Amino acid sequence: MASLKDIKKRISSVKNTQQITKAMKMVSAAKLRRAQDAVVAARPYAEKMQDVLSSMAMRDADSTHPLLEEREKKRALVVIMTADRGLCGGFNSSIAKAAEAFVRDQAEGFEEYTLRIIGRKGNEALKRRPGITIDKVYENLTGNITYATASLLGKEIVDDYIEGKYDGVYVIYNRFFSAINQEVTTTQLLPIVPEVSEEQQQEYVADYIYEPSSEEVLSSILPKHIEVQIFRALLESVASEQGARMSSMDSASKNAAEMINKLTLQYNRARQAAITTELMEIISGAESIK
Amino acid sequence: MAEILKLEMVTPYKRVLSEEVDEIIAPGTLGELGILPGHTPLLTTLKVGELTYRKGGAAFHVAVNWGYVEVEGDKVTILAETAEPADEIDLARAQAALGRAEEALKKLDPEDKQFRIMEAALERALIRIQVAARKAR
Repeated sequence: MASLKDIKKRISSVKNTQQITKAMKMVSAAKLRRAQDAVVAARPYAEKMQDVLSSMAMRDADSTHPLLEEREKKRALVVIMTADRGLCGGFNSSIAKAAEAFVRDQAEGFEEYTLRIIGRKGNEALKRRPGITIDKVYENLTGNITYATASLLGKEIVDDYIEGKYDGVYVIYNRFFSAINQEVTTTQLLPIVPEVSEEQQQEYVADYIYEPSSEEVLSSILPKHIEVQIFRALLESVASEQGARMSSMDSASKNAAEMINKLTLQYNRARQAAITTELMEIISGAESIK
Repeated sequence: MAEILKLEMVTPYKRVLSEEVDEIIAPGTLGELGILPGHTPLLTTLKVGELTYRKGGAAFHVAVNWGYVEVEGDKVTILAETAEPADEIDLARAQAALGRAEEALKKLDPEDKQFRIMEAALERALIRIQVAARKAR
């Protein structure tokens, strides 16, 4: 049986750990709120963009733009969004798993798959896996997300696509639902598939002026659409990261509390046993003198 | 016919405006354009510039930086990369940006890629100062 001193030591070390996990939880809760606000604030823009895009696509159904065109499926680019830091439950590993499965199952029927990774943890998890090719890794990007960052990433992807380096682009990220609920989501970025809602079909207006021309408007709006999608995915991913970290730190704190309880119980028992032995010794000593 | 326009202005960071207005003057790529109630459906790109809208007798100014205007019925939607109403512009910062851009332009070769970036920055700063000045009047 462990000595009293040992147990006491363990209790205080678990207490220290608990303090750290509690502090981390508080920090992510604060960060989560900020990230959540950003997600909500970005929503109207993304939705409006989608509206404009689909209403254009509906009117010019026959328009051919390289970003809309379906090509022969040869090479795919998979952009995955992970965190730079760990201690956030299954956040990074579930993304890495999803990416690996995407490549292994040859999802969407491409011949070759290349990964582009955002976040240090994703790179660490995937760089030594067999059958995975990584073209670029971005680290320390998720600390402070600006539209400019997303815009750079978007431009790079669009350029690669137009050059013909890839024939399809997908994004795998954690979609944010709530602090305890995030879902790994895979979306197709390129070629762009415009969604047309039924409501919009009813609102169909035939004569519509495009300035300067419909092709020019389309070719400026499509790359923007990609940027907006990336921006949104990044924001969602950051919010999810904080949510995941918060809930995992919460359960870590709970586990620590449970452990402290157990150890305290053990400590008390050991103390009692020690007292009992001592008493026995005294009593038997007194007996022997009689 | 609708007597009023519902103006909605959004940027990636937030919804800047959602108001009912009488008239909008926007800086289109092909030149300024005025939008009054009953306008034909239109979609156009915006350049860096000053957007004005009137409400009641008062005029409001907003500095916008690239974007789109969509007019559909009495709904006007503006999607801009940045949009700053006159009273939110930090004049000192805009002037500092202008100074920086001017400095950089003097040193750079017009062939340089950076030159165009700084030129755009200069334009943005100028517009911001112009819009902010309107507020002061």
